[in-house]
Amino acid sequence: MAYEITLITTMAISILFALSLNFITGFCGQISLGHAAFMGVGAYTSAVMLKAGFPFLFTIPFAGTFAGLLGILVGFASLRVRHDFLAITTMGVVFLFVGLVRQQEFLGGEIGISGIRGSPFGRIGFMYICLGLAAVFAMFSLAVKRSWMGYVFASIADNEDISRVLGIDVSKYKLIAFVVGTSTAGIAGALYTQHFRFVGPDSFGFVESVTVLAMVIVGGIGSVWGVAVAAAFLSVMPLLFQFVNDFKILVYGGLLFCMMRWAPDGLAGIVSRWIKRLRSTS
Amino acid sequence: MLYLELFFQGIVQGSIYALIALGLTLVYGLLRILHVAHAALFTLGGYLGVIITNATGSFLLATAVAMIVVGFVGIAVYKLAYEPLLSKPPFISLIASIALFIASEEIFRIIFGPYGLSYTNPPMQGYFELFGGFFLKYGEALVIALSVVMLVILGWFAAATRLGVSWRATVTDPDMARAFGINTQNVRYMNFFIGSALAAAAGVFVAMLNNLVEPSMGSVASYKALAIIVLGGLGSIRGTLIAAMAIGIIESFGTIYIGHLLDRDALAFAFLIVVLMIRPQGLLGAK
Repeated sequence: MAYEITLITTMAISILFALSLNFITGFCGQISLGHAAFMGVGAYTSAVMLKAGFPFLFTIPFAGTFAGLLGILVGFASLRVRHDFLAITTMGVVFLFVGLVRQQEFLGGEIGISGIRGSPFGRIGFMYICLGLAAVFAMFSLAVKRSWMGYVFASIADNEDISRVLGIDVSKYKLIAFVVGTSTAGIAGALYTQHFRFVGPDSFGFVESVTVLAMVIVGGIGSVWGVAVAAAFLSVMPLLFQFVNDFKILVYGGLLFCMMRWAPDGLAGIVSRWIKRLRSTS
Repeated sequence: MLYLELFFQGIVQGSIYALIALGLTLVYGLLRILHVAHAALFTLGGYLGVIITNATGSFLLATAVAMIVVGFVGIAVYKLAYEPLLSKPPFISLIASIALFIASEEIFRIIFGPYGLSYTNPPMQGYFELFGGFFLKYGEALVIALSVVMLVILGWFAAATRLGVSWRATVTDPDMARAFGINTQNVRYMNFFIGSALAAAAGVFVAMLNNLVEPSMGSVASYKALAIIVLGGLGSIRGTLIAAMAIGIIESFGTIYIGHLLDRDALAFAFLIVVLMIRPQGLLGAK
């Protein structure tokens, strides 16, 4: 039973993390190659506070706030640079984050922070918290997607200049997307800390950023259901199959490449094409 | 004295960055693709260099063979990975490229083993004593010299040969070039061949300086080379060369003076972000 609880908790945290990136990249069309840095900020915030004796639930808002503050900064950067330049800038953010954390004594340097105390709610209680947060954010994403704000995001993702001509305050909505997405990633980071009871600089690097981007893309950019399914599947795949665990990066890389090469609209795109074909034949 | 030594270290590192980043700039200039998998070719070059040197004993032969073989691999990467994605939005090929790169790192690990390879007889040991206790290793001198030679040849090729002119014409305006009867497909192959061959040379040089090749040697290089071409203004060759040298020198000084605050590999990105916030189009990019 303990094994299933670990699986489900890991899954829930990954879903929350992937949906938070989906908010920025999927909804608003701003590519981010450094999303793990925001999870890292949340995870470290929570770890330091837990070590100082604060209760776990109390650390969650702080984890979200600090990650969101960094998110505003990167959001401002996204107002200055676009497309390829933004991709590389966000990539720079994650390298900066790892580079800074490595050299800080109080964050444990290369070794990281270990020996974090377990959840006061027990493993099952904690699993429900993670599932609950993931579900709440998924509902919120769905609601935003169907609201006027979702259409504004879609229009910015589609063509920024035309949106501006239409009178949309592009800068404002980009910042909103960044703040919501990054502070949610921070909250996912706090959950990560409590789940693994260890944080280190290598847990939040570039490969992790690409991994979460892989979840969003394999799921289908912008599709809440697709991304949640892909995140659940990809996050537990290495735990379920030893083969996948041994060659985790090869499998992720290969899958991501094949997806881009043959089905760039992801699972959601495959499913919707499939449904369309069923309807047209019947 | 310390300043001069740091400066030379920076130039050596900068030459290597320039060789890697040049291929990226060429690909970006022609196809608007951020070719992250370029660094896999750099790693492949390093492996071939060490293996061939160990087998034949000739370092120069190894460099030449590595450059030619990797050049053709570069063409294959274009054919298999990028050509089918050209009509898709740009981030698709970027992510495909990242995926290809991280998968290739794992493939190197499986084929060549996780611990890396070294030269049985490391070439170019020994050093010049220039003046007042200032040493320059043969290897470092060779890297600077060969980098300059390769860049000069490339410059001559682009400026004074028919192929070079058709290449520049295609970069400037592909449709017009096609209308003048230039085979743009061949130009793309040539572009990938040259860029990949230069990356292979850089891989061989790094393998020589560290006497080690390992599966992950490309990762830092790839991201840093991206930082360099963005810094140079994406697609600008002169900007890339300047940015490569600047990053090389900044790193070599920065490690000493602010290394306790920031990891060496993060310095390039700190510099990049600062520059982009002031000049979003890069150092020499056009608006």
